[in-house]
Amino acid sequence: MTRRVMLTSSLLVTVTVVLVPFYWLIVASTHRTAEVFADPPPLLPGGHLLDNLASLESTVGFSRVVLNSTLIAVIYTLLAGLVCTMAGYGFAKFTFRGREPLFGLLMLGLVIPSQVTLVPLFKMMLALDWLNTYQAIVLPNLALPFGIFLMRQSISALPDELLSAGRVDGCGELRLFWRVVLPPMRPALAALGIYLFLYQWNDFVWPLIALRTRDAYTIPLAIASLQGSNDTDYGAILAGTAVAAIPMAILFLLLQRHFVSGLLAGAVKE
Amino acid sequence: MTVLTQRAGAPPAKRALTRRGRPAGTIAPYLFVAPALLLFAAFKLYPIAWSFWLSLFRTDGALQTFAGAANYRRLVADPLFWTALGNTGIILLVQVPLMLALAMGLAVALNSPLLRFKGFIRLGFFMPMVTGLVAYGLLFAILLNPQSGLVNWALGLAGVDPVPWLTDGLWAKIAVGLALTWHYTGYNAVIYLARLQALPKDHYDAAAVDGAGAWHRFRHVTLPGLRPVMLLTLVMSTIGTLQLFDEPYVMTGGGPDNNTMTLGLYLYANGFRYFDFGYASAIAYALAVIIGILGVVQFKFLGDKP
Repeated sequence: MTRRVMLTSSLLVTVTVVLVPFYWLIVASTHRTAEVFADPPPLLPGGHLLDNLASLESTVGFSRVVLNSTLIAVIYTLLAGLVCTMAGYGFAKFTFRGREPLFGLLMLGLVIPSQVTLVPLFKMMLALDWLNTYQAIVLPNLALPFGIFLMRQSISALPDELLSAGRVDGCGELRLFWRVVLPPMRPALAALGIYLFLYQWNDFVWPLIALRTRDAYTIPLAIASLQGSNDTDYGAILAGTAVAAIPMAILFLLLQRHFVSGLLAGAVKE
Repeated sequence: MTVLTQRAGAPPAKRALTRRGRPAGTIAPYLFVAPALLLFAAFKLYPIAWSFWLSLFRTDGALQTFAGAANYRRLVADPLFWTALGNTGIILLVQVPLMLALAMGLAVALNSPLLRFKGFIRLGFFMPMVTGLVAYGLLFAILLNPQSGLVNWALGLAGVDPVPWLTDGLWAKIAVGLALTWHYTGYNAVIYLARLQALPKDHYDAAAVDGAGAWHRFRHVTLPGLRPVMLLTLVMSTIGTLQLFDEPYVMTGGGPDNNTMTLGLYLYANGFRYFDFGYASAIAYALAVIIGILGVVQFKFLGDKP
């Protein structure tokens, strides 16, 4: 009884501390910069969220930025989801020459630091005249090693009999993939989808290099670009940060069971 | 019945059997893995090789001259490189073990049958991992503002003098470490928690029958059970820490006085502020080699044992 109360209350206190930054983000995004840094700092929501968003709109063209981020993340999630799932299926359910070394090669991508590729990728995009384009952001990370790994783990749990049954019934390989493999993979696909969307929505370094003008910026770039000058509008920055964080938090709340169990499927099997 | 007898006939049955193990069209598997492999080759392997080639050139404006190992010699003699490496090393030695221990304790607590409000508490701890690095870096920079941040204000209520977060070398490192811990502890706890839930329950039952107390159960059942994922989280955290970029970029810009300069920031500055692609590539390769060495060492110490 007492141990239960102690354990639960200590974790409740800790989780409250962990959640304070979220609470304060929402509070601060509704105040002007002067109020954000007032003494004492604001602890309850104010009435200036719309002013802050208007200021974002006039300084960085925020609606365009949100549109960029959304389109890039959606396109990326769909394409990378397809590429990773196809590869995961190929590696999980077929035996072919070179399977192990090719898979090992892809997994090398997990440990090679992404910084190694930044300079050449920038030169590639420059040569292709792709700077400031969606494809410059979307294409380089479509074959995401973690995504391929996750899908191979999940699909290998699918019974082989299901596939052979489909083949005996004369199902073509593509149809088999679409109609037999994908439907039972829905929870894993949801996890992969959230992971890919979050990854792209929050990605910073590569967009920072490949997107050179404000009309091409994504949300993290736009927010970071506002920082640093003497009259930095922190109210606006915080409002933009809230706009970036809150949809993801809601998405996560709705789909967290899939997300957590999907990450686990990849993490736990050895 | 007719279908069955037909399939029992010699040629079709044989085909069905071969199809079971290896599908009819031998190109099918290649078609499934080809998009990933081609994209990986074009946007990962090729740049990796190119990066090495670039690291052998001295960049002078638009002029590139072959310089052999000159960039690497310059790197070894560059005090800022060692500062960046040292800063990363401190975070690696202090923040990563603390965070992983915290994540482990958290996972054990979250897995406890005594815990109430499990759903809410778990969700609360996992929320930080959905927040983008730029977003939370900025948020922490504002919360930790030495003059007027919420944290110093709250400390003031408790009678603590304002802490020079972000303006003092040591405190800036601590601030970055705090931000990292806030963001990644829940993520690592998820991995430990999953492993805990996959551990066979009879080990605990056996330990309980033997009269083992909570500490003994943790020491002899939980800890060995977590070993394989400890390696995973350690390797992933090491790679992540060595690549550290977003948090210091947003929170401190590498300052004060290079106290939070990381290899990632230094590489970015050389490549994209000074456009010294050759030197930036040499830094990138040094980073890759360090990650490789640490990965091998970690596998050696933790990997083989069950």
